[in-house]
Amino acid sequence: MNILGNVVEHYVLLSAVLFTIGAIGFLVRRNVLTQLMCIELMLNAVNLTLVAFNRRHIGDMNGQVFSFFVIAVAAAEAAVGLAIVLSFYRLKQTVFSDEADQLRH
Amino acid sequence: MTAGNVFFALCSIAALVGAMCTVLAKNPIRGAMGLLLTIVGIAGLFLKLNAQFLAAIQLIVYAGAVVVLFVFVIMLLGPDAGHAKETREPTGKLARALSGGLMAIISIVTLFLVLRSAEKPERFGHVSAQHGSVEAVGTQLFTKAVVPFELATALLIVAVVGAIAVARSRHQVRKEKQSPSPTRRFFHGPLHPRDAGRPLTGEEL
Repeated sequence: MNILGNVVEHYVLLSAVLFTIGAIGFLVRRNVLTQLMCIELMLNAVNLTLVAFNRRHIGDMNGQVFSFFVIAVAAAEAAVGLAIVLSFYRLKQTVFSDEADQLRH
Repeated sequence: MTAGNVFFALCSIAALVGAMCTVLAKNPIRGAMGLLLTIVGIAGLFLKLNAQFLAAIQLIVYAGAVVVLFVFVIMLLGPDAGHAKETREPTGKLARALSGGLMAIISIVTLFLVLRSAEKPERFGHVSAQHGSVEAVGTQLFTKAVVPFELATALLIVAVVGAIAVARSRHQVRKEKQSPSPTRRFFHGPLHPRDAGRPLTGEEL
């Protein structure tokens, strides 16, 4: 019997890798749109962990309900974040986070 | 190798390739497509974990709404948005590389420590068909989690209103153009009944 995909460790490992890719992308990339997509990646990785741990608790749906709320918050965050990107582009004619330095001086 | 193993492998590879594509793509549209691939892969993993309801929600909300919103905004900003302006030297290149490398090192070391101390993995047990169904999640959502559910609705409303308020163009509020002539300015607006029917002549303007 192959255990690939039948133990919680595999899912947690995959989700850790996804979260790390998202975090590194958020830190390294300068394009605000890419950074927002990396935030979505990290939220997705967290969702995967929640659902994977929920699989071991039969008859209890707390993990999936949590994941549901994470998805709702992620949708709201994407809407507001993209509105801010649009506003920023109107102000500076660019989408690079280095240019957002109005509060710097 | 059963079908479930192959399914898990395919979905995780799709998720990883999509994530790498999102981070590495120079063109934001390609990044959005990578995000879409990741989301579909994770929805497949949700199915493998007996979370059918969440898999559907994931596809509807993420693939159907969030990625489309990203694509809309990328299209709205135009093709020039992704290209770096040469007017300024990109600052903090070293800082960005350092922070990314540090994050990678921390993750790898943590992963190594966790894997070394791992106990023998325990297989998933059998679940009923109810696990992860709409009924089961909905019952939990409307009994134990009803207050957060209502708060989530309020959050979504506030987010929609806020997004419209932030993204609304300022140019739509057009200022009333002031007439250069003082006479015209004096008579601007509703006419006095005394002057009704008597158009301004050339000298008065």
